[in-house]
Amino acid sequence: MAIAPERPKIYEGTRIPAPIPSVLEVREDLRSSDDVLTVNFGPNHPSTHGVLRLVVDLHGEDVVGLAAVVGYLHTGFEKSMEQKSWWKAITYAPRIDYLSFQANELVFVLAVEKLLAIEVPSRATWMRMLLSELNRIHSHLVWLGTAALELGAISMFWYCFRERDRILDLFELVAGFRMHTRYFQVGGLAEDVPAGFWDECAKFVEVMPKAVDEYEALVDRNEIWLERTQGIGLLSADDAIALGQSGPVLRGSGIDWDLRRAEPYLAYDQVDFRVPVYDEGDVYARYRVRMEEMRESVKIVEQAMRRMPGGPWIADDRKVVLPPREELHTSMESLIHHFKIVTEGFRVPEGEVYVTVESPRGELGCYVVSDGGPKPWRVKFRAPSFVALEATATCMRDALVADMIAIVGSLDTVMGEVDR
Amino acid sequence: MSPQPLDSVKGFAVTFRQLFKKPITQQYPEYKRPVYPRFRGRHRLHRHENGLEKCVGCSLCAAACPADCIRVVAEENTPDNRVSPGERYARIYEINMSRCIFCGYCELACPFDAITLGNEYEISEYSRDDLIYTKDMLLAEPIKKVPVADRDLYDTPIPYYQDHS
Ligand code: SF4
Ligand code: SF4
Repeated sequence: MAIAPERPKIYEGTRIPAPIPSVLEVREDLRSSDDVLTVNFGPNHPSTHGVLRLVVDLHGEDVVGLAAVVGYLHTGFEKSMEQKSWWKAITYAPRIDYLSFQANELVFVLAVEKLLAIEVPSRATWMRMLLSELNRIHSHLVWLGTAALELGAISMFWYCFRERDRILDLFELVAGFRMHTRYFQVGGLAEDVPAGFWDECAKFVEVMPKAVDEYEALVDRNEIWLERTQGIGLLSADDAIALGQSGPVLRGSGIDWDLRRAEPYLAYDQVDFRVPVYDEGDVYARYRVRMEEMRESVKIVEQAMRRMPGGPWIADDRKVVLPPREELHTSMESLIHHFKIVTEGFRVPEGEVYVTVESPRGELGCYVVSDGGPKPWRVKFRAPSFVALEATATCMRDALVADMIAIVGSLDTVMGEVDR
Repeated sequence: MSPQPLDSVKGFAVTFRQLFKKPITQQYPEYKRPVYPRFRGRHRLHRHENGLEKCVGCSLCAAACPADCIRVVAEENTPDNRVSPGERYARIYEINMSRCIFCGYCELACPFDAITLGNEYEISEYSRDDLIYTKDMLLAEPIKKVPVADRDLYDTPIPYYQDHS
């Protein structure tokens, strides 16, 4: 059995002067030859993770030029949110990135709460953390399943989606919907956590580490997997920083940076978890980071479950939060507040904020400007997928066509988030 | 990590063990997994016990809808045509299911618990026009019932308003 050739352990970096080009240009001597073939890869290709279009220049099997073209999934969510009241805009946020819906919802809600300077009960904070981590596992599972599928490991896909469905069931249990839950509301959670959730979640926490063991047994040391991922798509630490990478792509390049630990939000400073970092900067390193993150997320979920505080799940602020249901039948004042929030929406003080969270894909930021009215004046998301795409050209140096699939997959871009 | 010949075989053990496990596949159209009680499916309009409609045509649900898919046209109740207990009733109540995002805001907004999101999720149609649900369709009992998991366990204790109203 052939052993993979020895590859340099740590990639030294391109030392290209900044700014690093996000388009790979064809070399002059190759361009003048007649051997370069330009091919459209996507936008409707099964392995482009949606509708990414890559214009690839091929010299034989070598990728010599590359440009990523985005915009095929432009949904205008940011603009649409400006037309809706703050309350309604919450339903738009999760749909931007349909794999890390909970992180999107969280970042928008946190931004609005920061503008309002509203106090969130600790039960809501912990529950938000729990669900965000479940969502991280969900997103990584979809990534692992599809990325492995693209490299030919089809059984991986079934195994990952088996666990993914359990997570979606949990979301359905607690929030009523499998995706796009709108469970995080300004001020806390939409409803209290049902009693049956804890048992179901405990079962999942028990199953998940074993499932990760299975995934690792399937591909971790598998020769084909190693051949296809090790030393492929190299991104040095310097380049990763210069390109503004974040999340698993950055941590796969040896930079120890995680917003959950660097700038703790929610209750991340009170739970115990490790931030996996790998130095190699290749596809395999990114894969390893995500695998370990799944394990760490399970730990956080477990801790959050154990230490979940009781008490109210939403702030008692009648100007912003919908009054409790039963009061609608008894209190005129509550009914008036209810009417006001539903029809006109609550008003948010003038100002602008930028809030970041660590989404499964990296630094997810939300910049919100309020003019004091019932609708956002401007909403802008800093999408980690979009930034990750800028690294495609750098990763794609000396790549073969087949590697291209592995590289694009390893950056874990969600096109809904790229185009927004 | 360098590949080890034996490690490549380890993966086969995982798939082989799977042979002895119970399949997780569900035979979908025959078997319907019970949805959790909070599941937000097709909408339903409700009536009081005495047959009058709960909806009074206040359009609050339409105002709350982020997808703007509810259309309510209200009309006065008259003594010989009493449809709802209040002053007015909804003469037209339509939901465009092809726009609806099942956020449940209409349910939250309605002060009279007249509209709720039910458990039915089999709502595909061959034509978009059929996806505009009229008041009669929303008031009728669903034809196919979807089983629901234990309400006491998986929902908050029955809220006050579900018992009374
Ligand atoms: S569920 Fe949401 S989108 Fe659908 S009708 Fe109700 S408010 Fe509108
Ligand atoms: S369903 Fe409820 S909110 Fe909508 S019009 Fe009828 S009473 Fe008003």
